[in-house]
Amino acid sequence: MNFWIIQGLNGLAFGSLLFILASGFSLIFGLMRIVNLSHGAYFMLGAYVGLSAIGAGVNFWIAILIGGGAISILGILIERFILRRLNGQPLAQVLVTLGIAFIIADTCVWIWTGDPRPLPMPRELAGAFRVSNLAFPIYRLFVIGVAFALAAALWFLLERSRLGAMIRAGVDDLAMARAMGIRTSLLFSAVFCLGSALAGAGGVLAGPILSVYPGLDSDMLPLALVVVILGGVGSLLGAFVGSLIIGFIYSYGQALFPDLAYVILFLPMVLVLTLRPTGLFGRQAI
Amino acid sequence: MRAPSFNLLSSLTAIAALLALPWLVTSDYYVNIASQVVIAAILALSLNLLIGFGGMISLGHAAYLGVAAYLSIYLTAHAGFGHLAGALIAIGATTGLAMLFGYLALRASGLGFLMITLALGQILWGVAYRWASLTGGDNGLGGLKRPHPFGFNLMDPAVFYYFALAFLGIALWCIARFVQSALGQSLQGTRDQPRRMRALGYNVWLIQWLSFVFAGFWGAVAGLLYAYYHQFVSPQTLHLTTSAETLLMVIAGGSGTLLGPMVGAALVVILKNVVSAYITRWLILLGVIFVVIVLFMPEGLVPGITRWVRSLSSRPRADKAADTPSVVKEPAQ
Repeated sequence: MNFWIIQGLNGLAFGSLLFILASGFSLIFGLMRIVNLSHGAYFMLGAYVGLSAIGAGVNFWIAILIGGGAISILGILIERFILRRLNGQPLAQVLVTLGIAFIIADTCVWIWTGDPRPLPMPRELAGAFRVSNLAFPIYRLFVIGVAFALAAALWFLLERSRLGAMIRAGVDDLAMARAMGIRTSLLFSAVFCLGSALAGAGGVLAGPILSVYPGLDSDMLPLALVVVILGGVGSLLGAFVGSLIIGFIYSYGQALFPDLAYVILFLPMVLVLTLRPTGLFGRQAI
Repeated sequence: MRAPSFNLLSSLTAIAALLALPWLVTSDYYVNIASQVVIAAILALSLNLLIGFGGMISLGHAAYLGVAAYLSIYLTAHAGFGHLAGALIAIGATTGLAMLFGYLALRASGLGFLMITLALGQILWGVAYRWASLTGGDNGLGGLKRPHPFGFNLMDPAVFYYFALAFLGIALWCIARFVQSALGQSLQGTRDQPRRMRALGYNVWLIQWLSFVFAGFWGAVAGLLYAYYHQFVSPQTLHLTTSAETLLMVIAGGSGTLLGPMVGAALVVILKNVVSAYITRWLILLGVIFVVIVLFMPEGLVPGITRWVRSLSSRPRADKAADTPSVVKEPAQ
């Protein structure tokens, strides 16, 4: 019984990290129709930037801001100067983001070498939370809390704020939104910036759990893709539910069948694509 | 729609040059690189079926190369199968995998297709990496000895080169026949006008799926040759970078032609070998090439450079690049 609870919490924590990554990816894809294949690389670069910031003596919370901030600036630059030039050519944009992902990944190896680096946990969250004979790292509970708070904040932003209404209008019908006087160009920059910041900050946040290593990007990116395929395009609820499903499957899979944890990831994809190609909560086919 | 046309004289010259290559370059090193080019050319030709003729951008084509290589090495070197049986099972099973992956990926089109192929390919990479008891994990799988078909010693670089070249010849012939066949022509129809094709009563899904499986089959053949050539396979073979390199071969040479992917394969393999001799940062260069191609010569490296050279020379000429099919510009839906 303890096993199931602990692995369930681990799955929840991993799913939370996945949600921080996938929500930005899904927002960008839903609004801009850009499959940002650099998203995993943003996540890894954010973690490395955070690592260096901590190495320079900054505390963990500032490191999260620095990681998120640095990646959001990078994201804005890429959106403004590269992706915008390719407006209306989704495939060209995908290939460019793939190229950028390679450049970032190899640059990280260049700067931070190929060895995995642990990212130190903030001291105030070290230790374990105990209930009777169960012990669970406080930091993971914290990450779960962050993801739920982020989900609530994003929900509020999208469903209750003026900016969110504009974003939803853009997702549903871009041409009409533009005709109504919404400045979609500014909206694109804002959403891309938000998604990049989430990826970067998520990388730092993931550091103490996953540690930072070359290949973190290509470990996380396909999971984010699977989450979006599973949850549906541009759907926040889809990204949330999809992340948790994949988190649980991955966590239980790794504990029960360590060799097959990746094979099991095929199953939800096969099921969803066969039975409901729009994804669980998507309104349009991907 | 453009029928692949070969100038008879220049193609005869090219064939003669390819056949004479082991005598022209005496060093085994260069003959081995030529073998790598030939294997890559088969893989690029098969991916081009999807990209150039089908308009389906797959970022998971390394799956067929890698799975066929893993299977053939596992079956012959570790499970006690004979060379022929191992090869046939490996190709058959990989083609079966293409049937499944094609079914899943063709639930979507365009960007969704790309995302699904990428995710499936990376999951396979994860399987090869993590399922260490079967695949050897990061250390990869080796122990395969090259076969001796009909008494030919494939350990000899020149003999292996001809062996691979024979497969390239067969692949080229089959793929050219496919492209000109009714099925291949209708595939190009679905690329340009999927709705109209559907309205005309064509089963667009089936046409695309059959082409996907056919491409997977030739990817598997390339994987088998890859296994014989390297006698070793590691998760890197299945990685996204391998798929991306193959995609680069197709776009670099110019997609939608038969010659383009082969030229692209030669370019990428030679570039990778040359660059790796000097610097270790191949991946950065790969990324930069991607960005440059997409931004500055979306019709492909070879047509793009040709256009640049033409525009630099004083004679003003009509821009011929316009009729070159471009991968990165989607056809209007």
